[in-house]
Amino acid sequence: MKQEDPKDFAQAPGDRLTRAAGKQLAIYALAAVAVLVAVMFVLNALAGLTSSAAGMSRMAVDVENNIITTYLRDEPPQMNSMLASDAVSGMVLAHVMEGLLRYGPDDELVGGVAERWQQEGNTVTFWLRDDARWSNGEPVTAHDFEFAWKNVLDPAVGSQYAFILYPILNAEQANNGEVPVSEVGVDAVDDRTLVVTLQTPIAYFERMVAYHTYLPVNEEFHRQTNGRYGADADEMLYNGPFMMTSWVHGASMQLEKNPYYWDAERIRLDGINYAHMTSDASTLLNLFKDDQIVIADLGAEMLEEAMLQGWTLNQFMEGTVFYTDFNHRPERLTSNLNLRKAMALVHDAGELVNRVIKLPGYLPGKSLFPVWLPGAEETFREEYPAQEYRRDITKAKEYLQAALDELGLDRLPPLVLLTGDTPVSRIQAEYYQEVFKRNLDIDLVIDAQIFRQRLEKMTAGDFDLVASGWGPDYNDPLTFGDLFASWNLNNRGRYSNPALDAQVRIAQSSLDMEERMRAFGEIQRIIHDDVIMLPDYERGYVYVTHPQVRGIRRHVIGAETDFTNAWIDAGE
Amino acid sequence: MENNPVIRRLRPADLEPLSSQSAAPLLVRPSRSYWQDAWGRLKSNKRALVSLYLIIGLLLFTFAGPLVWRVDPALQDIDQISVPPGADRGAMVVDPFVAWDNVSLDDGYQGGTGLSLAGDPTTQSVRLHWDAIPGASGYRVYRNNYPTQDADALGLPLLQINNTQQMYYEDRLDLRAQTYYYSVAALDESGQLTGDYESLQADVVRVITVNEVRARDLSDNPDALQPGDQVRLSWHPLGTDYLGRDMLARLMAGARVSLFIGLLAPLFFVAFGVLYGATSGFVGGRFDSVMMRFADFVVALPFLLFMILFQVVFGIGPGESGIVPMLIALIILSWPATARLVRGQILQIREEAYVSAARLLGASQNYLILRHMIPNTLGVILVTLTFAVPAAIFTEAFLSFIGMGVAPPTASWGSMCNEGLKTMLTHPHELIFPAAMISITVLAFNLLGDGLRDALDAKMRNTE
Amino acid sequence: MWWYTLKRLFQGVITVWFIATATFIGMHNVPGDPLSGDRATNATIRANLEARYGLDRPVTEQYFIYMRNMLRGDFGISYTQQNREVNDIIREHFPVSATLGILAVLFAAMGGILFGALTALFRNRLPDYIIMFLVILGISVPSFVFAALSQLSLVNMNNVLGFSILPVAGWGTVSHMLLPALVLGLGTMAYMTRLMRSSMLEVMSSDYIRTARAKGLSPTRIFSRHQLRNAVLPVITVLGPAIAAITTGGFVVELVFAIPGLGRYFVQAVQQLDYTVIMGTTVFYGAFLVFMVILVDLVYGWIDPRVRLQ
Repeated sequence: MKQEDPKDFAQAPGDRLTRAAGKQLAIYALAAVAVLVAVMFVLNALAGLTSSAAGMSRMAVDVENNIITTYLRDEPPQMNSMLASDAVSGMVLAHVMEGLLRYGPDDELVGGVAERWQQEGNTVTFWLRDDARWSNGEPVTAHDFEFAWKNVLDPAVGSQYAFILYPILNAEQANNGEVPVSEVGVDAVDDRTLVVTLQTPIAYFERMVAYHTYLPVNEEFHRQTNGRYGADADEMLYNGPFMMTSWVHGASMQLEKNPYYWDAERIRLDGINYAHMTSDASTLLNLFKDDQIVIADLGAEMLEEAMLQGWTLNQFMEGTVFYTDFNHRPERLTSNLNLRKAMALVHDAGELVNRVIKLPGYLPGKSLFPVWLPGAEETFREEYPAQEYRRDITKAKEYLQAALDELGLDRLPPLVLLTGDTPVSRIQAEYYQEVFKRNLDIDLVIDAQIFRQRLEKMTAGDFDLVASGWGPDYNDPLTFGDLFASWNLNNRGRYSNPALDAQVRIAQSSLDMEERMRAFGEIQRIIHDDVIMLPDYERGYVYVTHPQVRGIRRHVIGAETDFTNAWIDAGE
Repeated sequence: MENNPVIRRLRPADLEPLSSQSAAPLLVRPSRSYWQDAWGRLKSNKRALVSLYLIIGLLLFTFAGPLVWRVDPALQDIDQISVPPGADRGAMVVDPFVAWDNVSLDDGYQGGTGLSLAGDPTTQSVRLHWDAIPGASGYRVYRNNYPTQDADALGLPLLQINNTQQMYYEDRLDLRAQTYYYSVAALDESGQLTGDYESLQADVVRVITVNEVRARDLSDNPDALQPGDQVRLSWHPLGTDYLGRDMLARLMAGARVSLFIGLLAPLFFVAFGVLYGATSGFVGGRFDSVMMRFADFVVALPFLLFMILFQVVFGIGPGESGIVPMLIALIILSWPATARLVRGQILQIREEAYVSAARLLGASQNYLILRHMIPNTLGVILVTLTFAVPAAIFTEAFLSFIGMGVAPPTASWGSMCNEGLKTMLTHPHELIFPAAMISITVLAFNLLGDGLRDALDAKMRNTE
Repeated sequence: MWWYTLKRLFQGVITVWFIATATFIGMHNVPGDPLSGDRATNATIRANLEARYGLDRPVTEQYFIYMRNMLRGDFGISYTQQNREVNDIIREHFPVSATLGILAVLFAAMGGILFGALTALFRNRLPDYIIMFLVILGISVPSFVFAALSQLSLVNMNNVLGFSILPVAGWGTVSHMLLPALVLGLGTMAYMTRLMRSSMLEVMSSDYIRTARAKGLSPTRIFSRHQLRNAVLPVITVLGPAIAAITTGGFVVELVFAIPGLGRYFVQAVQQLDYTVIMGTTVFYGAFLVFMVILVDLVYGWIDPRVRLQ
């Protein structure tokens, strides 16, 4: 018999063992696949038990059921309108809730729950419509507003957005715990009438009332949820065009048309399915290409593809202004005006946006006041064009020398640039480092921190320059205009200038729109002359929408992506 | 009997004992030490050898590379952003850029009807001007990479103008030397497209300003340069990144960070683990069990979660690269595995027959440690070290991917990958090169580890 | 056996306590303010918020309160989602991560055993080379690169075919699980394939196989009873650490595929300095891993009679 070397078992292809083993492995592989599939189904079933409903993923447009599928950029931290402070919550709230006033399709203020309203001196009266209903059928009354507003101002609740109610009489004092909340100037005279007393008469209160912190909350229901109001789909009452039927945290959210909504005829969609929660641009584009979502924002690298496919591209200004703030505390070098001027003369927002950030939809920053803000007649920026510094290295060097002389220095020590951890802020910081080094020989030291560590350093003044951004809360230049007022806690650079403060006071208290706009124009000029900050960019998006879905609106204030006016055009 | 021929032929000399000098060949090779033997085995392992050369090459690339390729990895070249390798480098010299807002139409404006170009389209800017479109109460400017055919697909919207006064636009957004198709579409009162639009084609020329040519030393005779002259932009063999920095130089700089973490962290934690484990194993008893329990606790910490936590706890101050916190976190979390291994080895070797034999022969404690313990554990330690390198490099890359890695402007392969991922579709070279470097390094160390294990430890040897 | 199990469990509890303490100390040394937001708040509100989360008490007292609550299984309320308990977050999101993890481990182990056995059987022939090349790729390509590339190629495949084979991202149905689990398990599978290959080769040349052949056992029986079973043992040993690596290493896949797992929550919580969520997640994961390792050890002792549980 032939001797076999055991090492050669596998070498002989015809070997019986190999064949037997091959067969065994094939059986084993089949069994493995079967087990895997079985496990997947079992796990899926188990997962279904723990969460209320599985995020149903269907095609982007469901013509039969009149439902569209889209995404949320993030999981909303909560849907409690009294605590919510982020754009995603604000967007969903705009679909499921309705305040006294709301913004119409073209950003004009229209009546929501309030049928009409009237401002006389410091008294504002809202008359509520009698067909406004909660999603349990109960009427929406003036008491629901009174309860919500006083709750927001209750210091024990700790709402971050309580400040937006401060125009109301005693609101700030109540929020500081100086007077009881019952002293706040909100009074539900009866179920249909809400009387608000203001601290001083102001011209822009109605614009603030459209913000989601002013939304109503049903007191009885709020009490029943035992502190979980807005944590889940069934922990809320809705009075808006839609109501939330399911919310799988981190995964999906389903909205259904609200039959109790007083203006239900206006709403043409039967449901909105937020099937994904992600902000990853390429994932979103992939989902859009795969016909899974009806809208997607595009990054620069997706444009080529979009143009090749011949998609209709739209652009939209998101509203937030980004700027590099200086630290104006006296012990800091950046409190020197000549140094700031030198830097302003090197800073080139156009180069930053067009050649470095390169994101479609972004606008080079020119002012603290973004382009979309309304003025008295036209937009504010058309009425009061922004002044700009042009890059001029020679002049910049002169200013730098002047600064060095004033400071008694031979050479500027490194400056700390505090910035965030997002890709754009990273690129921006690296670019600034090089630009200021090459042109002025100023060393910038980058301090990249996660959001809350950056905030702490900003509050403590632990920076020379800081990359900042400010998003609007209401549709009036004041939402930006008071940012550098000496008393504003958000003025992290502690800039203080009586001339600017005086203009802010005019803008706050004057009832004359022309006069207010003049004040904002003056503020814009002071910011430029005093180089309080360097405007970087205004954020915008280029986006694509599904050809069958019409009437999608995007707003700066309120719902960023608004489907309340959308409908499915099945003809295409 | 006398007739027996054999006996008859016997002589007395035949009855002498054989001498010890035998003709048989000596079957002993020269004695080879453990390390010579291991080296011999490693040399015969082709894969391990190749990986060894690869690692030597990587080290050369990292440390000798910057001496050969003397380009500053931080130098930004705004004129060559995200350029792929082997791109055309010709550029025309122009005057420095001056913004064109308060438009003066004598500046190269050719007049004419509809949409027209003012001046030559360059990578610096493309200037458009148009005549009023009847019935328009605003305009929107578009740019397309493909010829426009459809009023619904004019390309990328660049600007919306809500009045009829402004009839010019200057495009500067990420202009490349290619053909663009610009359109201006008319808007109605509510800002919706009316369907009327005009298009034109613009062939953009790559340009560079005189100042830049001087600053970058691109011309032999910069003083004689006139606008319109041709120069060659600086050469980037592997292209540039999103800020126009040289990829090759950045890969070298990134290699220093990645390999620094990848080599130093394992070196430190293995050293600490060896000390810890050896002490524990030698002392033994209660001390040993307490020390090992502590090591068990640290092993139980979820590794990546704690890596992230440590990154936050240590914090990265202004201007710091974040390498040191990562190094410390890696060391704190990774030592127990080595400690356990070494302790096990020491305990095992202590009981080995040859150690007992040496002890019986009167060997001193020092001799035992030097002669038996160290050589016998060194192999295991070396193998652990080799396999720890790829793990550390991956950890760094992973942390950089979720944005908790090194701080800007420090580059590492992981952070370069992270940035490259975002532009994977348009500039794949920004992802491919750093990812390939990571892969090659990880692979080389893995294969070398395999080879070392086979060569150093006959018991752990693969059957290959 | 029982005594051993009890002892291990006791050690496990001590380990979890250690993890909780380490996290607590770490968390309270993090720079940054967990209560800050986009809009600055006044001192009264701040004080109220601090009181709500017990941050106004001395650190030692906070520690004891935290430990007491933890013993009762209460991890507190999230800082960012002010009306959700950490328990809810774990209860809703851990099953997702676990599903993904279990699938990935199963996939890795089964694939590793299958491919490892195949490469050993066809050593130095074409299947061996192909599989080992893929294994090398699996070991040396970072998972995030792989995740992004696989998603991209899936989209292109869907586009070419004109219908979607698998969803590109998201969670909810069985089809959503497949690609993420594959990507997540790939590195481990490559590792296990290598392990299985060498252990299989060792077994194939061992004496007992020769004996079995000499005895005249059928090849099928030799393969399944002796070769496979013995070769699988080292693979099972690494299962414990593999589960640990996969369940806590799922963030990348969860981020790329938009999966609502606990890993993604953890990364967000760290970026937001959400103390309670960070602590809860870490302690929970730590406990999960500790007991998983104990379980694997017990199973190993049961499969391999040579290992005596002491």
